[in-house]
Amino acid sequence: MIANFIFSLLLIVAVWLFTRNVRHIAQNIRMGKKVSITDQKTRRWKLMGRVAIGQSKMTTRPISAIMHLFVYVGFVVINIEMLEILIDGIFGTHRVLAFLGNIYPVLISMFEILAVLVILACVIFLMRRNILRLWRFWTREMTPWPRTDANIILVTEILLMSSILVMNAADVQLQARGNEYYAAVGTFLISDLIQPWFAGFSESTLIGLERASWWFHIIGVLIFLNYVPYSKHFHIFLSFPNVYYSRLEPMGKMVNMPAITNEIKMMLNPAATADVTQSQEEDIGQFGAQDATDLTWKHLMDAYSCTECGRCTSACPASITGKKLSPRKIVMDVRDRIEEIGKYSRKNGKEQSDGQSLFNRITDEELWACTTCNACVQECPVNIDPLAVILEMRRYLVMEKAAAPGELNATFSNMENNGAPWQFSNEDRLQWTGK
Amino acid sequence: MSAKERLDVPIMADLAEKGEKPDYLFWVGCAGAFDDRYKKVARAFASILNHMQTSYAVLGTEETCTGDPARRAGNEMLFQMQALQLIELFDAYEVKKIITICPHCYNVFKNEYPELGGNYEVITYLDFLEEAVLSGKINPDLTRFEGVKVTFHDPCYLARANNITEPPRKILQMLSVNLVEMERNKHLALCCGAGGGQMFKEAEKGEKEIFIERTEEAIKTDPAIIATACPFCMVMITDGLKYKNREENIKNYDIAELIALALGN
Repeated sequence: MIANFIFSLLLIVAVWLFTRNVRHIAQNIRMGKKVSITDQKTRRWKLMGRVAIGQSKMTTRPISAIMHLFVYVGFVVINIEMLEILIDGIFGTHRVLAFLGNIYPVLISMFEILAVLVILACVIFLMRRNILRLWRFWTREMTPWPRTDANIILVTEILLMSSILVMNAADVQLQARGNEYYAAVGTFLISDLIQPWFAGFSESTLIGLERASWWFHIIGVLIFLNYVPYSKHFHIFLSFPNVYYSRLEPMGKMVNMPAITNEIKMMLNPAATADVTQSQEEDIGQFGAQDATDLTWKHLMDAYSCTECGRCTSACPASITGKKLSPRKIVMDVRDRIEEIGKYSRKNGKEQSDGQSLFNRITDEELWACTTCNACVQECPVNIDPLAVILEMRRYLVMEKAAAPGELNATFSNMENNGAPWQFSNEDRLQWTGK
Repeated sequence: MSAKERLDVPIMADLAEKGEKPDYLFWVGCAGAFDDRYKKVARAFASILNHMQTSYAVLGTEETCTGDPARRAGNEMLFQMQALQLIELFDAYEVKKIITICPHCYNVFKNEYPELGGNYEVITYLDFLEEAVLSGKINPDLTRFEGVKVTFHDPCYLARANNITEPPRKILQMLSVNLVEMERNKHLALCCGAGGGQMFKEAEKGEKEIFIERTEEAIKTDPAIIATACPFCMVMITDGLKYKNREENIKNYDIAELIALALGN
């Protein structure tokens, strides 16, 4: 049948496009520096269970936690319905899962309840963004595109869920009228409430409505599937691995730079130089991060996992008090930059540079406003670490460019000259005892 | 406790000369040594150590910065220079246990020195004091702060960075204070604004200073005392109270000072 052929073709094209886009993102993430995260597997699985699957970090803000839970559970569970739609679409069957008997209407009713909850949550989310205008959805980095992206996602979900309800309601009407193609499979909880609205429709109108809703839903899903890799909505896939690969060390611990340890050991103890000549010959490379490719693949995965919820920014002391720094902006900048590099290198070859860097997007002023308090790291529901990026970029500024603010340079010289960040003599270190 | 009175504090080099090794190194930190306000906290804690007859010593003039502000400000070279030299010094004195009164020093010793070859048992003075009160090694006057309204400002480098939120609260509860929490507390506490090198520079341009935002939040709890456990937080909250003209009726004390006062020191 022609419909089955068109359906299968659409499905193949959509899946092919999707895998191509996902491959591009995977390639981009792999452009980051290599770092091996293979330790503590049990702990990582548990963390993923708790934080990603269990949404544990969402609970600090109960309203958005509950609304998000509706959408999340709705998405996961209603995907079972996708299975039926796919089989029906390819083989030309109708409600193939109806063979489940009495369980079937229960299952569909559950999907319908979830669909209503998803619609409710999305409406509330839209209101929070566009009518209540919560501060964190309107900060500097929330330019028209990120704001539109969020609205597109929410409206799409409302439309997709509504089409299921309309489809089912038309189906229920047709079942009641004894249409031969629409076998009676039981009562669906929500659409049974909607179907009286369609009571005056002719049978052919109802069939048209049912079919149109069915096609609208599946084509909508396939389009949305291909929209997701261009959107913040990609977190629905990446949040799970991203939490799995979380940093398990205390938040206060900064990543070490072993290359520098070797250099200093040589300076402090020249006699030992002979032992370390080999490491000296190795290229130490650049200190810190100038561009997205100087960050590790995990930092880049962080960036693609970000759903721009802004919890980090709303907890950041610098953002709260009106400084330019916003942790969410840092993460979005890293993502947009690695996207840019990816596109450029696919077009012009890997070795070519576009002459841009992260510093075209992130200013020194933003980087120096950070208090390293870890509030952003604590807040992130999918364990993104914006602080790591800030610190790597500070390392680049200080060690490659000698571009620290003047007062910090003075602090550095104090530490070098008298062993304290302030200009006091070490001889006075016991004055507090009353000497 | 009078600031002029001389406090007898054992010095590592003196003990080494006599062939003695103390159980603990009391790491005073640059703020404890040089910041006028935090000197009093160093004195308060040393007076408690003396009161307990703890076997400890300080490095005195041999102490230097841990390198923490340099590392947070991106100067890894300077951080490691400081760290590697200190580790050599600790090795020379065979230091095993370090007590810190500064959360930033605690964090680098605990989390960052091991990778550079410095492995110690690092203890915050809060853990130490909690244990001392619980085990009855010290018996503070429990009526001294009974019912006094106190709010505790969590230092980032204790609460978030190292998951230490309970010891200061337990100490305050043992002192029978009326503990009131700020809206943002424990792991969700707002920074005082001084971490990551900010202590040593002017803040970037914004609408408000972070320390004022935090002090206002503390004042909302209508406390008699804002307790802190970090030299930088102490400076910021004290400045905040001055800015809000509240330094007359709201006092800013470190946890160690409260215990020292309750001990009558």
